[in-house]
Amino acid sequence: MRERKVLSDSLINDELLRFPLHTPTWFWFAAGFLGLFILAFISAIGIMVVFGLGVTGLNKPVMWGWMITNFVFWVGISHAGVMISAILRLSQAEWRRPVTRAAEVLTVFSLATAALFPLIHTGRPWRAILWVFPYDFARGIWPSVRSPLIWDPSAIFTYLTGSTLFVYVALLPDLAVARDRTTGWRHAFYSALALGFRGTPRQWKLQTIAGILLSALILPVFVSVHSIVSWDFAVALVPVWHGTVFAPYFVIGAVHSGVSAVATMMAVLRWVFRLENYITPDHFDALGRLLVTVGTAWLYFFFLDVVFALFSQEAEEVIVMQQRLFEWPWNFLTVMLLVTAYVIPVPLWLSRRVRRSITAMFFTSLLVNVGMWTERYWIIVPGLMKKYDFSYSWDQFTPSLIEITLVVGSFAIVFFGLLLFAKIFPIIPIFEQKEGQIFAEEIEVGRARVPAVIRE
Amino acid sequence: MARRTIMGVYTEANGAASAIEGLQKAGFAGHEYEVLTGAPYPEGAFGEPHSKHRLYFFPIIGACCGFAVALLLTSATQIAYPMVQGGKPILSVPPMLVIMYEGTMLGAILFTVLGIIFESRLPASLPAVYDRRISEGYVGVVVTAPEERLGRAIDALKQANPDVIHDERVRSPR
Repeated sequence: MRERKVLSDSLINDELLRFPLHTPTWFWFAAGFLGLFILAFISAIGIMVVFGLGVTGLNKPVMWGWMITNFVFWVGISHAGVMISAILRLSQAEWRRPVTRAAEVLTVFSLATAALFPLIHTGRPWRAILWVFPYDFARGIWPSVRSPLIWDPSAIFTYLTGSTLFVYVALLPDLAVARDRTTGWRHAFYSALALGFRGTPRQWKLQTIAGILLSALILPVFVSVHSIVSWDFAVALVPVWHGTVFAPYFVIGAVHSGVSAVATMMAVLRWVFRLENYITPDHFDALGRLLVTVGTAWLYFFFLDVVFALFSQEAEEVIVMQQRLFEWPWNFLTVMLLVTAYVIPVPLWLSRRVRRSITAMFFTSLLVNVGMWTERYWIIVPGLMKKYDFSYSWDQFTPSLIEITLVVGSFAIVFFGLLLFAKIFPIIPIFEQKEGQIFAEEIEVGRARVPAVIRE
Repeated sequence: MARRTIMGVYTEANGAASAIEGLQKAGFAGHEYEVLTGAPYPEGAFGEPHSKHRLYFFPIIGACCGFAVALLLTSATQIAYPMVQGGKPILSVPPMLVIMYEGTMLGAILFTVLGIIFESRLPASLPAVYDRRISEGYVGVVVTAPEERLGRAIDALKQANPDVIHDERVRSPR
């Protein structure tokens, strides 16, 4: 990190609490705009509940379409948040300071949105409780723990609970700052949430340990969640799904799309909230370097998955892979996902100039997620479209307007959640910025003066 | 014996450290004073005694509880509704491991958060005297002691050139 701005505590407070404590007019327009899409999302669910799943493009045998694709996509996005935050905290990386909270909050909202999709996909969401939670003492019928559809909710519940508590614990000192700078109902609100945090050495010590300890606990959960999501597919007998490589392939894909989403979000935060003092080209440079590694690892697993399918020489596997690679529109999607998720962005990120350009990072990271959404669709649907033993029909899948609305609406829900969070709480950790200022030092190396950090 | 709270507010960490030194020389014990800052400083930066905690026990206890609940849940539901699949035993261990793993981690995380809150002595009310400028970089030294010893505390705080000394008896805006 070559850039470090010297900022006073009151300036940090002013700048990072500007949006939570003052409401610009554009906020209402943005909230209203996103609200329209959320309304459409709710209406689409309503139509689905009233008329049944027939209003979607799902059919026999393609029973998993855009909704499950979107579920896997958002679970993937949710991964980078806590992963970035946890790894950077554990490694005490100095550039973590402005990144961690936004990444953690992205995790919470994208995971909550992801969890909606298997529920609404059942067509009768209120019955999902019968299939998931073991409560039915009257009938004596219990969910089968052998089903990955039971593993999923347990993993997502653990991850969502852990991530939300992680955000809250790290938010305590900032809630105390907000409490000290507000009056009236806002003061009462922040006081209640801050639990009386006052910044004693003991509280700070525990805050630091909490960040590291919770990171260490959440990282294994993060790996397990997407592994379990991959087992939804891998333990089925559908060709091109039951691959042993699926768990690491899904996890690395999740990290690729998630870290890209964090880069996109950091660019938006910098532009919208004028956070030039906190989110600098250095941060994008670091994210870009990380993405080169993660993207290349994802490409390796992508080809591994293809090779594994072909290596078995099972007729069904070869047929589906042939369809994916040579038949319209799947061949187009294959090229598209490779070009958008790897061929364009990764070589560009090798250039320092691109990594340090916020506009370039915004567009390239956005492109990755176009590719990664396509990849999930490419993984899920083709395998279901063919006739196999014990399946007596085959069909194409075309998403209906309902599914398109649900997918677009899911983006609106995540953006709205992030906007609302940033409106109520500081999206960049205030105390971490101040800590960075306290520990900052300049040292002389030869004739150069370089910024350094004091460590305990 | 009536106890009273006072707080010296300092513009810099050095001032607060001198105040703590003065308080220690005046015979005040560690539990009678505390430093309030708006950001984490290295432990011992103010010469305060190191605080001990038992946070590391919490995740271990939580993990054990989570594991036990998940084991009970997965085995009891399978025994309560025995369903033979593919001639395999009723208790299917590999899928149980998945849920037991998640249960263990959930227990560990929940107890860790409880531990952080408990060990941080939260929830708590703010001290009888408080200065909002602490979140703007000022450092507060709060002393709670019997009335007859407070004179010595005020002297120790004053010697370190505080910006202001708040007294519980003289209410000032918080």
